[in-house]
Amino acid sequence: MSSEEKLLEEVTGSEYKYGFYTDIESDKVPAGLSEDVIRIISAKKKEPQWMLDWRLDAFHKFNQMTEPDWANVTYQKPDLQAISFYSAPVQKKKLGSLDEVDPELLKTFEKLGISVDEQKRLTNVAIDVVVDSVSVATTFKKTLAEKGIIFCPISEAIQEHPELVKKYLGTVVPKTDNYYAALNSAVFTDGSFCYIPKGVKCPMELSTYFRINEGGTGQFERTLLIADEESYVSYLEGCTAPSRDENQLHAAVVELIAMDGAEIKYSTVQNWYPGDANGKGGVFNFVTKRGICEKNAKISWTQVETGSAVTWKYPSCILKGENSIGEFYSVAVTNNHQQADTGTKMIHLGKNTKSTIISKGICAGKSNGSYRGLVKIGPRAENARNFSQCDSLLMGSSCGSHTFPYIETQNKSAKVEHEATTSKIGEDQIFYCNQRGIGTEEAIALIVNGYCKDVLNQLPMEFAVEAQKLLAISLEGSVG
Amino acid sequence: MLKINDLHASIEGNEILKGINLEIKPGEVHAIMGPNGSGKSTLSSVVAGREEYEVSKGTIDFEGEDLLDLDPEERAHKGIFLSFQYPIEIPGVSVTNFLKTAINETRKAKGEEAMPANIMLKKMREKMALLEMDKGFLSRSLNEGFSGGEKKRNEIFQMAMLEPKLAILDETDSGLDIDALRIVANGVNKLKSKDNAVLLITHYQRLLDYIVPDYVHVLYNGRIVKSGGKDLALQLEEKGYDWIKEEMAI
Ligand SMILES: Nc1ncnc2c1ncn2[C@@H]1O[C@H](COP(=O)(O)OP(=O)(O)OP(=O)(O)O)[C@@H](O)[C@H]1O
Ligand SMILES: [Mg+2]
Repeated sequence: MSSEEKLLEEVTGSEYKYGFYTDIESDKVPAGLSEDVIRIISAKKKEPQWMLDWRLDAFHKFNQMTEPDWANVTYQKPDLQAISFYSAPVQKKKLGSLDEVDPELLKTFEKLGISVDEQKRLTNVAIDVVVDSVSVATTFKKTLAEKGIIFCPISEAIQEHPELVKKYLGTVVPKTDNYYAALNSAVFTDGSFCYIPKGVKCPMELSTYFRINEGGTGQFERTLLIADEESYVSYLEGCTAPSRDENQLHAAVVELIAMDGAEIKYSTVQNWYPGDANGKGGVFNFVTKRGICEKNAKISWTQVETGSAVTWKYPSCILKGENSIGEFYSVAVTNNHQQADTGTKMIHLGKNTKSTIISKGICAGKSNGSYRGLVKIGPRAENARNFSQCDSLLMGSSCGSHTFPYIETQNKSAKVEHEATTSKIGEDQIFYCNQRGIGTEEAIALIVNGYCKDVLNQLPMEFAVEAQKLLAISLEGSVG
Repeated sequence: MLKINDLHASIEGNEILKGINLEIKPGEVHAIMGPNGSGKSTLSSVVAGREEYEVSKGTIDFEGEDLLDLDPEERAHKGIFLSFQYPIEIPGVSVTNFLKTAINETRKAKGEEAMPANIMLKKMREKMALLEMDKGFLSRSLNEGFSGGEKKRNEIFQMAMLEPKLAILDETDSGLDIDALRIVANGVNKLKSKDNAVLLITHYQRLLDYIVPDYVHVLYNGRIVKSGGKDLALQLEEKGYDWIKEEMAI
């Protein structure tokens, strides 16, 4: 066996580190999707009538849509009638502090190496913990409240700030945007809501910690983030899930609104269960993320995607206002049988709008990674600029990487630049590291982190460290 | 320190090393010379543990231990350093980060604590001064866009930081300008002690003017065909390799 084959075989030896299952009593709605299920969800959350109507409208539209199949992924379509659309940890009473959180849950965080307590103490991060669709703890609320910042579960926002939710929900990602967005609109159970008032710079990184827990439940998060004029916010989203044999569906919708002069940084580290070495199990991650920029506004998406069996995700920016800026920095790792079709859309509508796309794909094992990007320059987008750099790094010869850049320009003054490279981790790079005393696993981590530097640099410090570790974990044993 | 006995090694079915014998003791400087393609870099790669080479016969003993059983990084931990003839580029990884990882991985392997950042920085400054390097190098991507000479100097900088017992310098002189050659050679001399050893691979006498070898070996077609003192190098410089071939009837 050549050293390459040997090393490739080792890939199968690296099991998902976060594969365990927390035993928390769950309050679960029977499987299946129907108008009744939506009414139950809405009633359980004590939602106002307008919200229920909104959901039902989405559901009727969803019923007229079919699952898309244009993405470069193949999978067994999830059976929506087999999924339970609502599951919440059974809580004895409303929680005032983390001490009251179910100890089983806290143990889960410990196993992940991220104790909420520690995060609270060591980092300046307010964490809105979402476990199985319901927020169980919200911290640092007071500090934020003093600045007039609203950061809460979206279900709470529906109760407490209906005027904001009503005004903006579905304005960036309409109910009918796509099949999974429509599904999400009908059945979303929780997620985060954030509002930054005019001129306020949010003093800390806002963080949500998503986690799928109950076997066989889908997760339909809905995030709505509104940055009012001249405000600033950096939002972090991190995800892990325990291993499961059946595929779990995750169809989230994230909407960002950056008003005149506002800036939103949205960072994601996604490490859901990718399935085992033979391609069994794993999360289906079908996400719609989009932001709209008004005049002089800026939205940056940064994502490090290492998990999920199938990923289908295109964080996008609509650059509506003049001088607005959209950025997309992405690292997408696929290993074993993982499939990812990810990228971005930059829609330039306003004058002097600018966008930057840096995409780094890493493929190992028998995986398949695709970059799909659209840069669209509208007729009124005078002097629009785009720069795209799409690199792929291959490990071994059984994986595949594809790049699908689409460019549509309707304005002659536009300048669009696209660069793409494909490379391999060389045996001589690894030997060079080995010779300096750096073992092969460590060497790969080092080389991969170097390759992803431009993206990792965009992440807030403590997140970057976590992301680096994740990259190393997800590529363990995958030299080629 | 290093004892190579009847070493045969091949790559992709071609035997390149055909019975090498070599012994290096602490405090010694050895030079290996020989025509292009004679197997000098192959020998250094095999000693460093490059897996593409298959050792079919012979032994390599380092301080009483059989090297052939060890992975390349384990050999590095034991104190073997190879200055590459063609240093490798690693984009996005800074010289500092690379060295920090190398040093701390080595320490970890020995059961030692990571080197405190302030001590590491101090040491880096010291060694950069020794090799008259600009500290801007520290934050650049490893070898990426470095000129040929800069790459070589950076190899010796790494050597200075890692303080190996046995340093194999594969054509470190090629690519260095006249001043750089003197600076780098000076650096190597300063790092020499009675406890460590150097194996120089070179084509030219000019390096040996600075780093004076105790022994010179001629490698030809996978074998050491002649060994001698430092004068042998002068003879080679003057007469080339033909006379050796004649003398050895090869
Ligand atoms: N993968 C390979 N397959 C076949 N032959 C190889 C391979 N790699 C190296 N060789 C051969 O091995 C021989 C020795 O190469 P080596 O690099 O050790 O020479 P060298 O003495 O260092 O030469 P130079 O002075 O030019 O650096 C050369 O003839 C080279 O072509
Ligand atoms: Mg050579």
